[in-house]
Amino acid sequence: MSLLEVSDLHVWFDLPQGQQVHAVRGVNFALDPGERFGLVGESGCGKTTTILALMGLLPPTASASGEVRVDGHNILAGGEDSARGYRWKDIAMVFQGAMNALNPVKKVGWQIAEPMAFHGIAQGAAARRRAGELLEMVGIQAAAAERYPHEFSGGMRQRASIAMALACQPRILLADEPTTALDVMVQAQILDLLTRLSSELGLALVLVTHDLPVVAQTCERAAVMYAGEIVEYGPMEMLFHQPRHPYTRLLFEATPDLYGDSEVVSIGGAPPRLDRPMAGCPFQPRCDVVLDRCAEEHPALRLVGPGHEAACHHTERAGST
Amino acid sequence: MPSHRTGGLDVTGSQGPAAAGDHASAVPLLEVENLTAHYQVRPRLTQRVTRQSRLWVHAVDGVSFTLARGEMLALVGESGCGKTTTAQTILGMVTPVSGTVRLNGTDITGMPERQMRPLRRQLQMIYQDPYESLDPRFRVEATVGEPLLVHGIGASPSERRELIVAALERAGLSPADAFLARYPHELSGGQRQRVAIAASLVLGPDLLLADEPVSMLDVSVRAGVLALLDRLRRDGRMGILMITHDLSTAAHFADRIAVMYLGRIVEHGPSRQLVRHPQHPYTKALLSVVPARDPRVRSAPQLLTGETPDPVDVPTGCRFHPRCPVAVARCSVQDPALGVAASGASPSHQVACLLA
Amino acid sequence: MTLPLQDPLLATEGLGMPPRRHGFLRGVLRERKAAVIGLAIITFFILLSVIAPYISPYSATAQTCAVYAPPSARHWLGCDDGGIDMLSELMQGGRISLVVGFAATFVAMVIGGGIGILSGYFGGGTDTVLMRVTDYLLVIPDLVFALVIADIWGPSLFHVIIVIGILEWTATARIIRAQVMSLKERVYVKRAKAIGSGHARIISRHILPQVGPLLMANTVLTVAIAIYLETALAFLGLEDPTVTTWGTILEHAFERTAISSGAWWAIVPDGFAIAILIVGCFLLGQAIEDALNPRLKVAHLSVRRWRIRPLAGRGPEAI
Repeated sequence: MSLLEVSDLHVWFDLPQGQQVHAVRGVNFALDPGERFGLVGESGCGKTTTILALMGLLPPTASASGEVRVDGHNILAGGEDSARGYRWKDIAMVFQGAMNALNPVKKVGWQIAEPMAFHGIAQGAAARRRAGELLEMVGIQAAAAERYPHEFSGGMRQRASIAMALACQPRILLADEPTTALDVMVQAQILDLLTRLSSELGLALVLVTHDLPVVAQTCERAAVMYAGEIVEYGPMEMLFHQPRHPYTRLLFEATPDLYGDSEVVSIGGAPPRLDRPMAGCPFQPRCDVVLDRCAEEHPALRLVGPGHEAACHHTERAGST
Repeated sequence: MPSHRTGGLDVTGSQGPAAAGDHASAVPLLEVENLTAHYQVRPRLTQRVTRQSRLWVHAVDGVSFTLARGEMLALVGESGCGKTTTAQTILGMVTPVSGTVRLNGTDITGMPERQMRPLRRQLQMIYQDPYESLDPRFRVEATVGEPLLVHGIGASPSERRELIVAALERAGLSPADAFLARYPHELSGGQRQRVAIAASLVLGPDLLLADEPVSMLDVSVRAGVLALLDRLRRDGRMGILMITHDLSTAAHFADRIAVMYLGRIVEHGPSRQLVRHPQHPYTKALLSVVPARDPRVRSAPQLLTGETPDPVDVPTGCRFHPRCPVAVARCSVQDPALGVAASGASPSHQVACLLA
Repeated sequence: MTLPLQDPLLATEGLGMPPRRHGFLRGVLRERKAAVIGLAIITFFILLSVIAPYISPYSATAQTCAVYAPPSARHWLGCDDGGIDMLSELMQGGRISLVVGFAATFVAMVIGGGIGILSGYFGGGTDTVLMRVTDYLLVIPDLVFALVIADIWGPSLFHVIIVIGILEWTATARIIRAQVMSLKERVYVKRAKAIGSGHARIISRHILPQVGPLLMANTVLTVAIAIYLETALAFLGLEDPTVTTWGTILEHAFERTAISSGAWWAIVPDGFAIAILIVGCFLLGQAIEDALNPRLKVAHLSVRRWRIRPLAGRGPEAI
């Protein structure tokens, strides 16, 4: 049994005019301790909504279905109430733009200690000491706990946000675009930190990003999301060297490489609207190898290699592995 | 003498023969010499107590380069290195403390706005945020047509519309008629950026400044916009100065790369060569931490300690020496100037390092 | 370097929402009942004022009944101290009060909006000078100022309009200035400058339309204050007593012992009308202001929760 198992997760959002946006459409994946898993996709694909659902942090206009099992317990069973019990203690999150979400009028150490007090892990002096230890763990001097967020640089604030997420010793860490607003050098430092934490603490890490090279270098496995669905997932190497979904292949080709000379492509068109029912494959209007049946029949995720699945009609014809 | 522009003809990309031919080789499109721009900041409370008044941010501290027609130069660096301020200074939005900026031979440094206005037709800027660079109340036609109205080009609305349509087509928005009546919120990020590019093209500029033109766009649309910029400079003989933090993009699309650190250019050369044979320790470190998209390629990232220092506190000697992995004693004393690399393959590859 | 934080609802780009310019007021009215009520009240009073001369049962100046005659079938609101029908007087007074209110607001908006825009847009020395002037006037006590002016210039309706206008523009100036200062930093304004647009063009095409809704909200709220101030000034005897306004009605009533005579009808309906109109203006004005504040949307701290849905027939382990 895996540490984290997501089964058939769906999320809908209510729109003011009464329609619904089907933002996440049946997402499945599983994670073991110490594993680094990437969730890749462009804006609007549903990756942030997916991990917010894992935390139970959906807005009131949302409704969800499916199961999210942590150590076998479905944390979504009772909606917000059951999810809250696991939040931060078993599964924690570093939010997008977290470095700007620190409370400006509270010292950093206090902010890290706050969830500890709230979840009954440690209080007072013990909590402060532990906050200092966490800061050291993320590469900041413990004495910096007495400073305010505005005295920290962007990279340090992101580290502090990571420390805050680790306050209650979760076993699963969700990181939403943790390095997007940072310089490439600081990005490398943060990714190095996350990798180290995952192997030293046995943290299962879900790295959500649009930046393919970041995932390629940090994660062992990844899932590519498009229009609310996972269209391909598998070992990182397979995704790059043997992509079985056109979108995965095109996404890599759209990413320039520092030393490569291959042409950088762009994918014409735009993702489909999620407030309308979709027929067939969501990628078919933009696909370069589209078939007739793609417009009618929705491809299911099919095994194409060990631990490697793709949702494309072409996998049928080529056969698996 | 700057080349003479007639109204609107340059939208199609072809220049009048007299205008381009003689001057293209003689006078570079853009010449920046020893440009220096400082900001004054209010001292923080602790500094007020220690009586440190007048803190200066040395945003741009002696930057020099040239740009020819049909060339794309990428200004690369981390935040705080001064690349955006350099562009703002060239554009005339920031007044430099010293140095010169010459556009088509004309000195435009610190030029008063009234004099600068007619010259703005030669020089346009594209901004990073496609969601913010268009006025949400203007339709596409009004946005692209505004520069024409400002400069009095086009005698009638129909004539202006022709120019607008031509600019939209040139920016890759086709059929242009379908886009004229749209509002920005009806367009995708990539389309909005193309509208902004069309609004820049409609005046037929020679020089385009692009500040992170694709960093806020989805990966799948970036190449399209970058290819557009590439086409513009090749076919349109425009010069493009691209500001970016993304070395991979710079390596792929730019002819030359200039790496900036704390207000100075520390290395400058042809992009392929600079990326494969970096000479400056900062460039080497920067290149080593760019993640490769191939999972099998495991780079050896050279993580520099700490972060880029505050531009208010510029280190003595070489600006990079506190973080430099190969710094020696004299690096803290002597400030290196840009010079040809000793082991450089070409004279156009310059580096500012005492050890190169 | 950042990707815009994607609202999941924006994944459906181009949902066909109408551009704000045309649908804004309609949107506000659709979403907030308070706005509809407020607008209805204001419209009612405006209409009443317009048709007042045609539907007034009696003259508003000539005596048509006994002094302090109580309300009756013929005189619905009774009569005042001069034997003038209260209802007619109220309607006539409303016309003048509204005119004063709107005129004073217009003066305040033009001055306040103009100074706010100039101050916010140009900044620097202009801003400092204009704001010091504004602060100076902000600090002067309203009624004392009005008293002095009335003393120097003599009581008249025109002076009242000017006085109210001068007193009211300062708050608007500050609010507009704040918004213009932030608008000035928007990328499309910077782009307009980079194209070579002149100040006049940028202000009129890019800044003014964005400031419009805020100005609208402010205008409505200022009307309320202007009406109130007019009443106060009239009540203090600073207005031309020969003119009938809601304020002078109250002033006459108090002067001429309406209370001791028990003639509540000379005071209460008038006060009521003023109060309702002010409430109407506030309802509409605040509804517009709230609509302009994007942070007042539904957030995670709301009482509602996200819902978990049963997976009807979707798999063996459906909830």
